[in-house]
Amino acid sequence: MVINSRFFNRSELLGFLALAVLLLLILPLSLDIFRLNLVAKYLTYAFVGIGLVLCWGYGGILSLGQGVFFGLGGYCMAMYLKLEASSVANTKIQSTPGIPDFMDWNQLTSVPLFWKPFHSFPVTLLAILLVPAFFALIIGAAMFKRRVGGVYFAIITQAIAAILTILIVGQQGYTGGINGITDLRTLHGWDIRTDHAKFILYFVEVVLLFGCIVAAQFIRLTKLGRILVAMREQEDRVRFSGYSVANFKIFAFCAAAVFAAIGGAMFTLEVGFMSPSFVGIVPSIEMVIYTAVGGRMSIFGAVWGALLVNFAKTSLSESFPQLWLFGLGALFIAVVLAFPNGLSGIWADHIQPRIDRLLSSRKSKSAAGMIADGAPAE
Amino acid sequence: MFGDYSISDLGAILAMQGFAGLILFSVYVLMALGLAIIFGQMGVINMAHGEFMILGAYVTWMTSNAVQHVAPSLFPGYFFIAMILAFIAAGALGMLVEWALIRHLYKRPLDTLLATWGLSLILQQAYRSIFGAREVGVELPEWMMGSWQATDAIQIPINGMFVMALTILITIVVFYILFWSSWGKQVRAVVQNRVMAGAVGINTEKVDRYTFGLGCGIAGIAGSAFTMIGSTGPTAGQLYIVDTFLVVVFGGAASLFGTIASAFSISQTQSTLEFFLSGSMAKVITLLTIVGILMVRPQGLFALKVRK
Repeated sequence: MVINSRFFNRSELLGFLALAVLLLLILPLSLDIFRLNLVAKYLTYAFVGIGLVLCWGYGGILSLGQGVFFGLGGYCMAMYLKLEASSVANTKIQSTPGIPDFMDWNQLTSVPLFWKPFHSFPVTLLAILLVPAFFALIIGAAMFKRRVGGVYFAIITQAIAAILTILIVGQQGYTGGINGITDLRTLHGWDIRTDHAKFILYFVEVVLLFGCIVAAQFIRLTKLGRILVAMREQEDRVRFSGYSVANFKIFAFCAAAVFAAIGGAMFTLEVGFMSPSFVGIVPSIEMVIYTAVGGRMSIFGAVWGALLVNFAKTSLSESFPQLWLFGLGALFIAVVLAFPNGLSGIWADHIQPRIDRLLSSRKSKSAAGMIADGAPAE
Repeated sequence: MFGDYSISDLGAILAMQGFAGLILFSVYVLMALGLAIIFGQMGVINMAHGEFMILGAYVTWMTSNAVQHVAPSLFPGYFFIAMILAFIAAGALGMLVEWALIRHLYKRPLDTLLATWGLSLILQQAYRSIFGAREVGVELPEWMMGSWQATDAIQIPINGMFVMALTILITIVVFYILFWSSWGKQVRAVVQNRVMAGAVGINTEKVDRYTFGLGCGIAGIAGSAFTMIGSTGPTAGQLYIVDTFLVVVFGGAASLFGTIASAFSISQTQSTLEFFLSGSMAKVITLLTIVGILMVRPQGLFALKVRK
């Protein structure tokens, strides 16, 4: 394989530009703010998808617990927003003013210790990135150092997603329980509920998304990305060549966790609440579905997968609520059986060659024409 | 947490919670036996296993309704008919799924997980469309109701004892099939060395299909047993699938004996903790303990020593 020294090759650059035009121009101009907010919600899953491409597509580590990191990021953001929303003035009807409403309902009289750091915005931003990374580091170190991989890793991460959901639902006073953290109002004094704010948040999110795409592309193209692929194909050989397989896996897993957490934090901002229904087993597997449909080997594919599957989900469940699960299930079986590389695989195998052929035939024709034109003049 | 109870109270609590744990143990064992056969012996991760169990539960529910209307005199014994029907229905669906889906994916175990998850979504929606979203419960025949007064403080429900007896019986049958029958020998031969097994004349594809069918059939029986102690809804199976996978992995994937041991320890831990803590905390502590132990000992409690 020829190592391409350029950051994006031609088709990747086209993919990047197409996505940029769609997200920055076409969608904001053509959709009303409600639909645009929906797109923003779909895009939060694209962050998770990019992480999964790195860790599952390239590293071969299937994590069924990305909801955990999505949730951790989302909850960190939600805790900050909630503390800001429950100022003494806003909560004066409570028996203890100045604490979040659900704590008051659960007879808590002061904010618990682990909520305290979230009074500060910079600490919150750091926590959104570091808490999930730290979690992923612990889980990854414990598993990969002992060479737990493949199926076992998938099942254990799934169990962790289950544990976190049960914990959040069970500890109502500290986490808001099954309803989650709701009624969020301002971000650092800026009202996030207005249409104008939603519009700006959408662009912030798209810029962040492109940042993540570039970061993932960078990881993919460095030596590290190549070692990830080598590990996926022949783990033992990489180990025998003197690389620490576990450390590379831990890194990929942590990177995926951080991407997911950024998505989660944006989700809280866009949607205005966070609840355990975005943490557990079902959402975690759905995130894997988006990635698989888009193409587990393609960073852009993951973004398209998140957009298209969620769009289909919304429009199908709006008009045919009965059919949606049938459709999703069938789509998933079809993708796994027939198109293991998802949409991007279909694109690369069937559409790209035709476009290339079309372009090259036109090029050779015009080249032939030039020669023909040039000939008589001589 | 023990302060408010006297010693004899504690003994009675432990005994009754222990028994409640045994009922949970029965469901776990029946679910996990099927899963251990499919996962441990074939390497297929069947995320739709819970839905096969629920199929068995719905078959039992339909049988009980049918028997009540057509032949009420047979009602006391309907459960045995239902169990056989549940086994056949789930097993047949399992074989169909193996033929249509699983056999294309034997070389990609992680993909079986994703594909069967898709299958489970379809089955859930199918149950919801056919049977409705509401949970259904079967009516127990007279002789299964009530409880047996062991001492003044200890009461043991009869349906629980019945489910346990059933579990023991089915476990023995499964062990017999796998370890003494000639078909079981073929299954184990295929698991240990697929190519050699094929070379000595075993039809490995057929063995795969029947093994998958057997695993799903046992899940169907688990569903039958499940109706005795809980009500059945379209998504009830999903609640158990993660627990069951943990049971199988914790026990050591290829060891049926390990599966039973881990089902026992997990269900007992959970039901004993449930009395003293809230249900959710009991579950969190149990799951965390398992995940912790699995991190230290990834091969599970009873691992077969094989060279890979």
